[in-house]
Amino acid sequence: MKIVYTDNNATTRVADEVIQEMLPYFGEFYGNPSSMHTFGDQTAKKIKEARQRVADLIHADPEEIVFTSCGTESDNSAVYSAINASPDKKHIITSNVEHPAINNLFKLLKRTRGYRVTFVPVDKKGLLNLDVLYKSLSDDTALVSLMWANNETGVLFPIAEIAQRVREKGILFHTDAVQAAGKVPIDVRTSGVDMLSLSGHKIHAPKGVGVLYIRKGVKFSPFFIGGHQEKGRRGGTENSVSIIGLGKAAELAKAHLPVMDTEVRTLRDYLQNRLLEKIPSCSVNGDLEKRLPNTLSIGFDAVEGESILLMLDREGICASSGSACTSGSLDPSHVLMAMEVPFKSAHGSIRFSLSHYNTREEMDHIIAALVPVIERLRAMSPFWKDGKVV
Amino acid sequence: MWDYTDKVKDHFLRPRNVGELEGANAVGETGSLNCGDALKLFLKVNENERIVDATFMTFGCASAVASSSALTEIIKGMTLTEAAKLTNEDISDYLGGLPKEKMHCSVMGQAALRKAIANYRGIQILEKPGQVVCECFDVTDLEITDAVKKNGLKTTEDVTNYLKAGGGCGKCLDRIEQLIESVNA
Repeated sequence: MKIVYTDNNATTRVADEVIQEMLPYFGEFYGNPSSMHTFGDQTAKKIKEARQRVADLIHADPEEIVFTSCGTESDNSAVYSAINASPDKKHIITSNVEHPAINNLFKLLKRTRGYRVTFVPVDKKGLLNLDVLYKSLSDDTALVSLMWANNETGVLFPIAEIAQRVREKGILFHTDAVQAAGKVPIDVRTSGVDMLSLSGHKIHAPKGVGVLYIRKGVKFSPFFIGGHQEKGRRGGTENSVSIIGLGKAAELAKAHLPVMDTEVRTLRDYLQNRLLEKIPSCSVNGDLEKRLPNTLSIGFDAVEGESILLMLDREGICASSGSACTSGSLDPSHVLMAMEVPFKSAHGSIRFSLSHYNTREEMDHIIAALVPVIERLRAMSPFWKDGKVV
Repeated sequence: MWDYTDKVKDHFLRPRNVGELEGANAVGETGSLNCGDALKLFLKVNENERIVDATFMTFGCASAVASSSALTEIIKGMTLTEAAKLTNEDISDYLGGLPKEKMHCSVMGQAALRKAIANYRGIQILEKPGQVVCECFDVTDLEITDAVKKNGLKTTEDVTNYLKAGGGCGKCLDRIEQLIESVNA
């Protein structure tokens, strides 16, 4: 069966160019980049190139790039470094729609280390309440960490504006840009963030490699204590193969940004508008404008997400749901709940996240498959009668 | 992905006895749109108190649909007295087992059946016995201690898997912990 992959906010296909770039370093060139011989130095030179390519994607200096094992490690490193830098400050700020890598860490710091945490709310469109954010900034605040783009809805936060206000107060600002990278332009210079997290496998590099950008001059204490790798900022022998792959992926991502903004956006809008047209009682979650060009979160009233996904799976369609049942927890997603999406559509919310590999034919396949799936599930739902929710 | 048995998949993709039942003389409803799953069970009971037909309508995940479908297959032909003895394990066993996180789907089947039987007999289940512990999913202390005893549950996670209790806001988790301890003491 042909696979229609529209779950790119979960992970992405490793680009062929990336695989080609990595292959020699799996086999022939296995040297340790720290070694004092030409053989190992070949890997070191390639890592240097990768560092430059990643820096170029976000307009950073290569020295500001630290390679990690994943987005979660980058997030954890940034947060712990920030609170270690100001041990007397006991207040940290984030939003209530963050990825678990931040959300659960902030909850842990609250529970076990006595931090006062402000979880800034979002409105019904998923947009951040800036008033609450700015009013909560205080002399006791050690860090503000906010995601650039939301993984479930694709909603964008105004990071440049926020970073400026936060830094004016002398508070460190970190952003989890895992979902934004490669989908919208990121410029660390003009946005003025202090730290920024990226993940390789969301931009067509392999899993197991991430990036933490640390602005020059920001005091940093490492999360992994070990050797001198990454200029002492992250111990442990470099995952050279994946880093080299990530370098290539970053280069491709930069080149593909205009495609994201045009072709991918057009495909997403096509899928969205056709579904809204053909299926009654469904609605898009999140602000329609301030949103990643590849993401569509759409809720179908009176049906449940896992059932939709498993029926789509039979048609080779890969998507994900904001629904409880898929994640093993019973509540609908904390993101949709924070946005006060009504239960009737929150449980039946599906996320399609596209990449430049997707085609118009694939969107047509999804539309053709989804219409009868929703009809079928509604026909057995006790909350659907005569074409509406009861 | 959940490790569903072939039987669960079969009953999800080809559910038996779906829809409202014409001439039904007993109906049992459980769950809600807020909970994320709900089941409406329709029974046709003859003068000898035998279930001659059963259908369902379900909102929920694959195992909720499969549990409902299985339930209707199991109870057709049973007398109400026999049906009243049906447990959630019977439903789960019929399907070759459910992932432990999905046991509440079988519990939902049993609850709807109990309500349908009460409905037929004209008994109104006014209030659930005990005090409500989990407000999100309306689960009482007696229901929790009962499930802990009957199924040998050890952790709050187990209780959530069986009854959904504690799976919402999580405020009642300490209380559930105490109830588990009190049973196992």
